[in-house]
Amino acid sequence: MSSEEYPLNNLLIRGIEINYLFVCPTKLWYFAKGITMEQESEWVDLGRFLHERSYFGEEKDVQIGPISIDFIRRGGVIEVHEVKHGKKMEKAHEMQALYYLYYLRRHGIKAKGVLHYPKLNETKEITLDGREDDIEKAIMEVERIESLPAPPRPRMKSICRKCAYYELCWV
Amino acid sequence: MRKRSLTLLSDGTLLRKENTLYFENAQGRKPLAIEGIYDIYVYGHVNITSQALHFLAQRGIVVHFFNHYGYYDGSFYPRECLNSGELIIKQVEHYLHKEKRLKLAKLFVVGGAKNMERNLRRWGINVDFSELLKELESVEKITEVMNVEARIRQEYYALWDEHLPEGFKIVKRTRRPPQNEMNALISFLNSRLYATIVSEIYNTQLIPTVSYLHEPSERRFSLALDLSEIFKPMIADRIANRLVKQGIARKEHFRAELNGVLLNDEGKRAVIKEYNEEMVKSVRHPKLKKNVTKQRLIRLEAYKLIKHLVGAQEYDPLVAWF
Repeated sequence: MSSEEYPLNNLLIRGIEINYLFVCPTKLWYFAKGITMEQESEWVDLGRFLHERSYFGEEKDVQIGPISIDFIRRGGVIEVHEVKHGKKMEKAHEMQALYYLYYLRRHGIKAKGVLHYPKLNETKEITLDGREDDIEKAIMEVERIESLPAPPRPRMKSICRKCAYYELCWV
Repeated sequence: MRKRSLTLLSDGTLLRKENTLYFENAQGRKPLAIEGIYDIYVYGHVNITSQALHFLAQRGIVVHFFNHYGYYDGSFYPRECLNSGELIIKQVEHYLHKEKRLKLAKLFVVGGAKNMERNLRRWGINVDFSELLKELESVEKITEVMNVEARIRQEYYALWDEHLPEGFKIVKRTRRPPQNEMNALISFLNSRLYATIVSEIYNTQLIPTVSYLHEPSERRFSLALDLSEIFKPMIADRIANRLVKQGIARKEHFRAELNGVLLNDEGKRAVIKEYNEEMVKSVRHPKLKKNVTKQRLIRLEAYKLIKHLVGAQEYDPLVAWF
């Protein structure tokens, strides 16, 4: 499906939902229904801490519609910056950043993305060009999963143990 | 679980100064680390400033109050911060749909009965409630479910009595006021357990007032009553049994009053100490393959209920394997 056919006028998905799609569909479903577990997660606290205590002087927590960007920099082209802990979920981070770029593009803003891994002392640049189809597919998949009457059956992965939803899924 | 329950047995004042919570009593003013508090249980005569309540509400800390007799009076239940419209709808749907409600109500009773069986076996009394449970399968009204539950419990108390030392027999279950020491002990522990379950439900998206075995009109957090069916035998009764068998609870810990029997301050102190120690003890969870505390088992039961309601997995009540 090309972007012309897809009704993207009301893009209501949050970046974290695109992220969760690539982490775990079960988590995505629960999260979308308001059955959230993040309040219990030390990893989430750590992420918040990392974000709050760094990047002073930047324009932080920029909310545009449903998307909330860690920080932006304005230059020749707007830069969308996202701060992450480790690279284990790199694909999810990339898709989240791509979604922001896609969202901005739909609103006529050209931007590029930068992923920050301060603990690894690494950054990674992301551009949307040529990946529009990937992100549209992801958006549709998020909507499909969220419309399921029950959560998708969880699948045990190595990341499950560190997930705030571990007990909910596996008890 | 990093956070701990805080129990206030002495008289004093709970106040906030800057961003620190203090408990002040005759011994002086003691700072309390708010980050480490999960919930608070108040038994003493405690004044609480509104500033302290604002602070506790902000942190989502539930405060439970018990009266002079150790009975549950009520909770300061901060504004719900975990909301799920989807789950509320499912919770209510399972109440309104007769078959769905009946199924859950029966499961709570089955879970309770199996935990009672488990206790009796631990105490060397071989029994099974299979006939009563078979009867339960065919009943079609909540009142009938309640009725079977009452008969199971009656039989359970009679059998438990065989094992209890003289002077601490239940004889007949009496409440408000309890007529003897064992009844007083069971009532006190049940009150405390009920409050713990309220705390656990607060920390989930479940609505505490929509319940299945008990009527939501009971003017209580009746979902906590439903869950207490599973946990009363597994937690409260086991503690009560241990206290009297090991001589931790003694005759002088009780006083007769207004034609009933109640725990005195020293007795309450001993019981609460045992309760607090019990709740942080952990057992290996066979499904999660990790250690979980007794208190966490209550949360996990709430999660299982959530999964049942959203159609992820049928509820299967916890039966103590330990």
